[in-house]
Amino acid sequence: MEFLEIFLSANFWAASLRIATPLIFGTLGALICERAGVLNLGIEGIFTAGAMSGWLAVWLGAGLIGGLLVAMVVGALIGLIHGILTVPLGLSQHVSGIGVTLLATSVAYFTYRTTLPDVTSPPRIEPFRPLDIPILSDLPFIGPALFQQTFMTYLAIALVFIVGWVLARTPLGLAIRAVGDNPASVDSQGMSVYGLRIGAVMVGSSIMALGGAFLTMAAFDAFFFGMVNGRGWICIALTVFASWRPRKALLGALLFGAFEAYQVRLQTEVGSFVPGEVFLMAPYVLSIIALIVAARSADYPRALLVPWFKGQR
Amino acid sequence: MIRMEPRTEISRRMTIIAPVAAVLVALALASIPLLAAGQNLFEAYGLMFKGAFGSAFAISETFTRATPLILTGLAAAVAFRAKFWNIGGEGQFYLGALGAVVVGTGAISAPVWILLPLVLIAGAAAGAIGLIGPAYLKTRFNTDEVVTTLLLNFIILLFVQMLLQGWLKDPMSLGWPQSSPIVDEALLPPLVGRLRVHAGLLVALGAAIGVYILMRHTVLGFRLRAVGENPHAARHAGISVSRTMLWAAAISGALAGLAGVSEVIGLKGYLTSDISPGFGYAGIVVAMLAGLSPIGVVISSVFIAAIFVGADSMSRAIGVSNYIADLVVALSLLCVLVGGVAARYRFRWMGLKGREV
Repeated sequence: MEFLEIFLSANFWAASLRIATPLIFGTLGALICERAGVLNLGIEGIFTAGAMSGWLAVWLGAGLIGGLLVAMVVGALIGLIHGILTVPLGLSQHVSGIGVTLLATSVAYFTYRTTLPDVTSPPRIEPFRPLDIPILSDLPFIGPALFQQTFMTYLAIALVFIVGWVLARTPLGLAIRAVGDNPASVDSQGMSVYGLRIGAVMVGSSIMALGGAFLTMAAFDAFFFGMVNGRGWICIALTVFASWRPRKALLGALLFGAFEAYQVRLQTEVGSFVPGEVFLMAPYVLSIIALIVAARSADYPRALLVPWFKGQR
Repeated sequence: MIRMEPRTEISRRMTIIAPVAAVLVALALASIPLLAAGQNLFEAYGLMFKGAFGSAFAISETFTRATPLILTGLAAAVAFRAKFWNIGGEGQFYLGALGAVVVGTGAISAPVWILLPLVLIAGAAAGAIGLIGPAYLKTRFNTDEVVTTLLLNFIILLFVQMLLQGWLKDPMSLGWPQSSPIVDEALLPPLVGRLRVHAGLLVALGAAIGVYILMRHTVLGFRLRAVGENPHAARHAGISVSRTMLWAAAISGALAGLAGVSEVIGLKGYLTSDISPGFGYAGIVVAMLAGLSPIGVVISSVFIAAIFVGADSMSRAIGVSNYIADLVVALSLLCVLVGGVAARYRFRWMGLKGREV
């Protein structure tokens, strides 16, 4: 019976949303890059760099919004590196992405260690607090379950609809989708394939960085080594699962968040029988399963992973 | 304007110049954060070099560190040659180490000449099995192997932690999560007196020669390269792409598994869950620096090992964070990628109007 009671606690629903938030940012970012034809495996490093730089900016006195902006700029710059390597230079998107992750992670760690050489316990900042929405937050059950999140969670959900609208309904979105399906057609329209692809990777990367920043500026209040812990890779799997659609990405991230929130609570019930590591493994196993299920019928952007060079066919 | 013209053939000279230039550029770029941290560059790089090659002890440390890197580098090189992106070297490393512990901590008692090969085979097999799964998923369901192998790294590490807390925990370890010690008959001996460099280095060098022969002189090696260069053409020539890919995965996983075995039975003597500081990931950089050549892997792993060992030593001396090593390694990877593009093109100055001068 306890297994079902978990669903009746407002706490569980709030935790699901909280766990889903960085995944929403990450999956949206990955989706934008991939819609333009570029797989961005720099995501894990961008998460780390976003988490570190956003936190550091706040710690140095930039304020929370300042921190988010710093994280976004850092994300966009890392995206620019990946964009230049994979778009005009046409390098393997897999290897370049891994390289970008290694670079961004090591720069973040080096900067953290160099700025704060002698701290034993990580310094804390004043993070985003849950935002009260008039009326909604005070509703019984639904209020604490859904409407006592931080600004960043609402931002993530708003971005889902903004990105969805831009991709589906605007000329810019059409151009981004076209450049990921058939770059030659975009070129023949007189638009810049390189510009669109690099731009999409930069925007996508800055949204990914917000996912990282959420970890240090809302979920926790400090930066730890290894805190991203594969969340970026999970987003890459979720992108396939969502078949590159923002609203399905939101759904996937929420399902994922609910699953994780559920199993954490389950752990307190059956923790004595099952080793904790089994629960910790579950999200990665779930991602692989989601990927297998989705990959069979996946409708990949047709020019994903395929470099395009001006003046060559 | 500069025009890029593709070269029909990459000159032999460029395959050596490109990685060396890439490394120099990486070191130059890494001096930016060093300067920002307020360090004297000559002192910092001097200390790094001394730490890596300045004494018999330093050289032994560098080769000790290079040993697992040769094996994980070979693992990446074999898989990448077939365009099978195995990013799971870290996980296969731990599976190999696990295999060594299961067989080598007293479950079987046998003389050295039986037990030692048995331990090596067990570790290699464990690593191979760990990669055949993702390879099967790729060939059967078109599941991206990069994501599955990356996620498996986390799963396998947690699995190892679980076993080290439970079945494999050394009852004598006073609460530390570590395995029982490897029995003497299953240990690889040190090579030089009391220095740490051990016979695992010979295993790694043997593996490099083995991979060289495999790639150059066997049918499987030919198929592997054919599949990597053009899977459609390979299929038309009657090569089974899926089967070749599964073989590439098995060999790659086995090599990464051997790296784990070598660390356990050559260096540490037991298994902990922090035995690898990222050897699997560094293997990718090693392989790319080497241009996927097995002999090149040996050279580039000594270089990468020197960066890590040197940075540790510099870090102890002047307090620069040793994450600078990871930074140099990551930069080397990106620079060698760019260098590879440069090597494939001839750059011609076309004058400002774009006409040939």
